[in-house]
Amino acid sequence: MIARIAGCVAILALIGAAPGASGRVVHYQPREETIPPILSDEASQIVVANCMSCHSLDYLTTQPRGKGTKFWRDEVTKMIAVYKAPVEPADADAIVAALDRKFGGGG
Amino acid sequence: MSDAISAYPRRSVLAGLAGLAAAPALAKEAQLTLPFANGERPLVRLPQKRPLIALTTRPPQVETPFALFNQGVITPNDAFFVRYHLSGLPDTIDPATFRLTLGGQVDHPLSLSLAELRRDFPVQEVVAVNQCSGNSRGFSNPRVAGGQLGHGAMGNARWRGVPLRALLDRAGVKAGARQVSFSGLDTPPVDTVPDFVKALDLDHARDGEVMVAWAMNGEDLPFLNGYPLRLVVPGWYGTYWVKHLNEITLLDQPFDGYWMKTAYRIPDTPDASVPVGTKPASTRPISKLNVRSFLTSHADGARIAARRQTQLRGIAFSGGDGIAHVLVSIDDGATWAEAQLGEDLGRYSFREWRLGVNLAPGRHIIRVRATTVAGETQPLQPLWNPAGYMRNVVEAVTVEAV
Repeated sequence: MIARIAGCVAILALIGAAPGASGRVVHYQPREETIPPILSDEASQIVVANCMSCHSLDYLTTQPRGKGTKFWRDEVTKMIAVYKAPVEPADADAIVAALDRKFGGGG
Repeated sequence: MSDAISAYPRRSVLAGLAGLAAAPALAKEAQLTLPFANGERPLVRLPQKRPLIALTTRPPQVETPFALFNQGVITPNDAFFVRYHLSGLPDTIDPATFRLTLGGQVDHPLSLSLAELRRDFPVQEVVAVNQCSGNSRGFSNPRVAGGQLGHGAMGNARWRGVPLRALLDRAGVKAGARQVSFSGLDTPPVDTVPDFVKALDLDHARDGEVMVAWAMNGEDLPFLNGYPLRLVVPGWYGTYWVKHLNEITLLDQPFDGYWMKTAYRIPDTPDASVPVGTKPASTRPISKLNVRSFLTSHADGARIAARRQTQLRGIAFSGGDGIAHVLVSIDDGATWAEAQLGEDLGRYSFREWRLGVNLAPGRHIIRVRATTVAGETQPLQPLWNPAGYMRNVVEAVTVEAV
């Protein structure tokens, strides 16, 4: 799944514009995603595999940098505790560590 | 892709493809940098949209390049920002089979086709700003988690639809109903994520201004702005403007879903702020827009001809009290001059302002400050809250007169 998505050119389509009055069916095809270079290394695989099951990775890369471990601990905790993201408990610490190294300043 | 489209009218399909295929084929996406750290963003072209500033891909979020706001007080549909919470966007919407339901604490539950909605109820229009609660979050200092937006998660459009009150009256609201909840066709990526549902108090829902809209600036809503129907809540933050609206429910007790009870909460303080870095003791749901204004005619770092008349221009808006006046300073707030206000499109709309100035050579810090008819004005120092909501500080733009 991940391998298929990686490297794809962004393509999107919305077919049948000006619908209401004409009664045309509107079809939306989501934009395909890429794995950003900063998360394409081996150490980031756990981040990619878990986070990407619910959202694209630009949710991570656009966050402010250098906010420390707690920032990323809070985010991962929120995803698991509030949104019930299907993350193995053992993976949570590893995800936090990987995010902190990349973005938190804990590298 | 051809399979997906084979069922649709040949001509529209080809026309659509012709326009859409061009963007990826041209390949390389342009980039721009929002004026805060880690602000590099691609410009992307989503369906029915001109290139806009990408925040996220799935679910899609884009904001409007700020320069666009200088082109007029109505934001074109193809430039209007997009913000989703859940990645399960509807992939197909058939206007012939689409139904809006209204149920719960009512005497006569409704299930309305788009045709019935347009034909059987009064139609009204309002020009109103839709602004994301987290617009400008990227400028929060210290920075906070969340969508790192510049100032482009706002737009002003003429919305056309049916007043919600008319639908409620037709259904017959039962005594004891207290709130009204709103849900759209978008769905969570996994079952454990709460569906995006928002609620308003009954009195607000039937104030005659809240409406179910199908058109924006004289056209069907763009898909990514909620086609075929969205809730329009004039003066309130965009989180309440539920897209792809298909389910309205009258409730006999306050709605306690995640997106009201836990998310989109602001400090329960008069200005919705807390001391920097602290947590609020208590919170309330975000609601009405606070007053804001912007200089749109000149970007930070712009060069202006010195010792000549220069027209400064911008926009001001509020949560519905109307703009009383806009003051402009060209000396970093030491002195202020009153700007001339443009056409009044209603109290929920962007209001244009203009002021002619004559600048001596050198750098000048321009500030703009709006005040509403009710006396609300913008703070000179930024307010802070943990979610980065409701920024409305008097912004500063530095220009150089040469």
